[in-house]
Amino acid sequence: MSTTAIDHGHDHSHDAHGHGGDHGAPHGWRRWLFATNHKDIGTLYLWFSLIMLMSGGVLALGIRAELFQPGLQLFQPEFFNQLTTMHGLIMVFGAIMPAFVGFANWMIPLQIGASDMAFARMNNFSFWLLPPAAILLMSSFLVPGGAPAGGWTMYAPLSTQMGIGMDMAIFAMHIMGASSIMGSINIITTILNMRAPGMTLMKMPMFCWTWLITAYLLIAVMPVLAGAITMTLTDRHFGTSFFNAAGGGDPVMYQHIFWFFGHPEVYIMILPAFGIISHIIPAFARKTLFGYASMVYATSSIAILSFIVWAHHMFTTGMPVTGQLFFMYATMLIAVPTGVKVFNWIATMWRGSMTFETPMLFAIGFIFVFTMGGFTGLILAVTPIDIELQDTYYVVAHFHYVLVAGSLFAMFAGFYYWGPKWTGYMYNETRGKVHFWASLITFNITFFPMHFLGLAGMPRRYADYPAQFTDFNMLASIGALGFGLSQVYFLFAVVIPSIRGGEKAAAKPWDGAEGLEWTVPSPAPFHTFETPPLVK
Amino acid sequence: MKKLAQRIQSSMLGASLLAAGLPAWAVTDSVGGPAIRELNFQTPVTPIATQIYSLHTLMLVICLVIFVAVFGVMFYSILKHRKSLGHKPATFHESTTVEIAWTIIPFLIVIGMALPATKTVVAMKDTSNADLTIKATGMQWKWGYDYLKGEGEGISFLSNLSTPREQINDASKPKGNEYLLEVDNEVVVPVNKKVRIVTTANDVIHAWAIPAFGVKQDAIPGFVRDTWFKAEKVGLYRGQCSELCGKEHAFMPIVVNVMSAENYTKWVDGKKKDMASKADDPNKVYTVDELKQRGEKVYAANCVACHQASGKGVPGAFPALDGDAVVNGPRPAQINILLNGKNAMPAWKGVLSDTEIASVITYTRNNWSNHAAENIVQPTEILAARK
Repeated sequence: MSTTAIDHGHDHSHDAHGHGGDHGAPHGWRRWLFATNHKDIGTLYLWFSLIMLMSGGVLALGIRAELFQPGLQLFQPEFFNQLTTMHGLIMVFGAIMPAFVGFANWMIPLQIGASDMAFARMNNFSFWLLPPAAILLMSSFLVPGGAPAGGWTMYAPLSTQMGIGMDMAIFAMHIMGASSIMGSINIITTILNMRAPGMTLMKMPMFCWTWLITAYLLIAVMPVLAGAITMTLTDRHFGTSFFNAAGGGDPVMYQHIFWFFGHPEVYIMILPAFGIISHIIPAFARKTLFGYASMVYATSSIAILSFIVWAHHMFTTGMPVTGQLFFMYATMLIAVPTGVKVFNWIATMWRGSMTFETPMLFAIGFIFVFTMGGFTGLILAVTPIDIELQDTYYVVAHFHYVLVAGSLFAMFAGFYYWGPKWTGYMYNETRGKVHFWASLITFNITFFPMHFLGLAGMPRRYADYPAQFTDFNMLASIGALGFGLSQVYFLFAVVIPSIRGGEKAAAKPWDGAEGLEWTVPSPAPFHTFETPPLVK
Repeated sequence: MKKLAQRIQSSMLGASLLAAGLPAWAVTDSVGGPAIRELNFQTPVTPIATQIYSLHTLMLVICLVIFVAVFGVMFYSILKHRKSLGHKPATFHESTTVEIAWTIIPFLIVIGMALPATKTVVAMKDTSNADLTIKATGMQWKWGYDYLKGEGEGISFLSNLSTPREQINDASKPKGNEYLLEVDNEVVVPVNKKVRIVTTANDVIHAWAIPAFGVKQDAIPGFVRDTWFKAEKVGLYRGQCSELCGKEHAFMPIVVNVMSAENYTKWVDGKKKDMASKADDPNKVYTVDELKQRGEKVYAANCVACHQASGKGVPGAFPALDGDAVVNGPRPAQINILLNGKNAMPAWKGVLSDTEIASVITYTRNNWSNHAAENIVQPTEILAARK
């Protein structure tokens, strides 16, 4: 049975679109629209998020172009605000979250020795909810009043002033939230019920662990977001006053509810990244991950702590002194488990036998640059400093260090590491390295100067700024253009060629890699582990 | 491939040279605002800002030390423990002792960081025993100030951006030193006195901030919050709205003028006389020209951001007044919209006086191509409509 599947996989490598055959699987567009195979759905998720990454990137370049010089050159402020808002929404809900679900779809069944995800049809549905949501979200640019312009956080009561674009964004968030919840249910069920015999929870690969915890976070907080934006919707149209003081509501309540979702959300976007890195570092250090158990505990601690730190986003709203102190202490505590993870990765590298292929470069780049974002996070956790830096470019620098150099770099690392398993071909190593160095350098040119801008007091979400901030803004804009081009290079010089052909990938292209995913051929055949493997 | 990498490098260098060679305006450090290429916080002028400055320095030093130590180890490992050097992998993969150590030590460091900050948090929240209390009201897109208690009680004014619109909209116009950091009416306070700022807002959330004071407080519609500062140096200090509040978010700065006690008293006297002379009698009857002249100023300060100087508005977002049916139709409809607002149009009844509302309506009815049949609105009508 498994041999036919393997043969089948070889056929697939000649023609990316013609698939199925002996199993009666659909061809052409039906293969994708009716997809129930976890690998096909994973591929769909990854392409979707790549398209959204590029769209969000174009908006970011619009922002940086306007900010190249003081004065309003290209856009009026109302359109500028639409750009920042949509950039945030698209990147968070369209690029990063679906990309990690794509990784989960591809890798979790392969890593735990399952034949597919637990709920194959729900898997299909949770993906196919995304394109309509994305179209709804993006087409808000075309309606009167334009796209929502109240920031991705959609604070009330500014959000009640927006045009119909805001309603479209709210419905898009609802749909994407439903998709995330279904995806999470699928992942939890798959991990808890479909592991190969012998794979106890504490033998499970780290990526599965981090995704298991992430999926619980998603189920806990996506309904909270849905609640907050639904209240915004009824405030806008049905005369309620949840966030309107004149009717007995409270605008700050929106922020509490939003950040009760929003803070776990940032860990939703980083925990799977930790998982990917925890596979790559051992593989290229040729040494077992140091402190596996403590990695699991650290991830769980981060997830639990993430529920009790939300108001550190709101120190300037004016809360009681005890509130400020509690949220400061709780936030600073997160540095401890996060530190443990970094120490474990470095201990894994220590006295290993390292090589530096592109996945390893991105993993090391991740640790280095993500840690800088971690430190600025620690600095921001200190209430008095946060009050000085709240809503300045320092915050923008901080969250791009953890989301771009963190989540995005980890996904690049994951692509280079697992890509050969997906496509059956090795990527071009030189091009991978060019992509890495170009991304790392331009990323820092873009975002490092923003720390200085923020310290000096430049507020974020500004279409125009005092002339003293000009030089660092120019530098950031140049860096952003370079970073954008690096990703175009990634798409056209790395991703597409590695799908079309190249050096054939071995079943296990990395000599230090471990895990069940490397026991199946490359590219992974359409059906894998129809008979569960035995894990010792 | 190497060639391509070189080409990328050289083009990046070219781009940065290009940027450096762009005609920079002769801008120097702003007075009381950011300096050019400022790398750190603005110079603190209050005890709280000084504490924040040193807290940040302390945190930065601790973080840098840890960073260098941790990544020193990592890069040492990267250099030495390579396969290409023939390094054979060790087999260790856990140690409870080490795990406990690197949990407890960071925990202690974090506590060490949080303790000094606690003192500052408590001090920042203590707004009691203020010498002067000023209410700052955020509005789309200006600040209103009311001196509530202390010397100067009763003073009240609006504070608008005073940077000329041409500087903002025309990229080729040189930008001044205080570009976007200047206002028509500054908040004046005495030096070395505890000033409590009570914040609130009329429409959406704004935030009142002066970096040099270490102050940033959201202004929330329907609620009051407070913060305080005690400026220890005479001079001008500049901040900007720090919570996204709509399209003109970048154009509602905050300027505080810290004066010596004598100068402050003089300012209070002058301001009070000024206010008394300017106070309009809502029962006075004006001519069309008087109202038009006054209305032009009111329009420029309050309406132009949305409806534009041309009166054409912004299609799809802000309606045109030129040729508009309400502006050219019967008066009560327009009076009602100005007083109570409609959709994105804010309610002006709490912001503008009867005379100001009457004059701006009269202005719109007689300007551009508008020739309304009912071409004049007197302040008494506004007064009546308010009831």
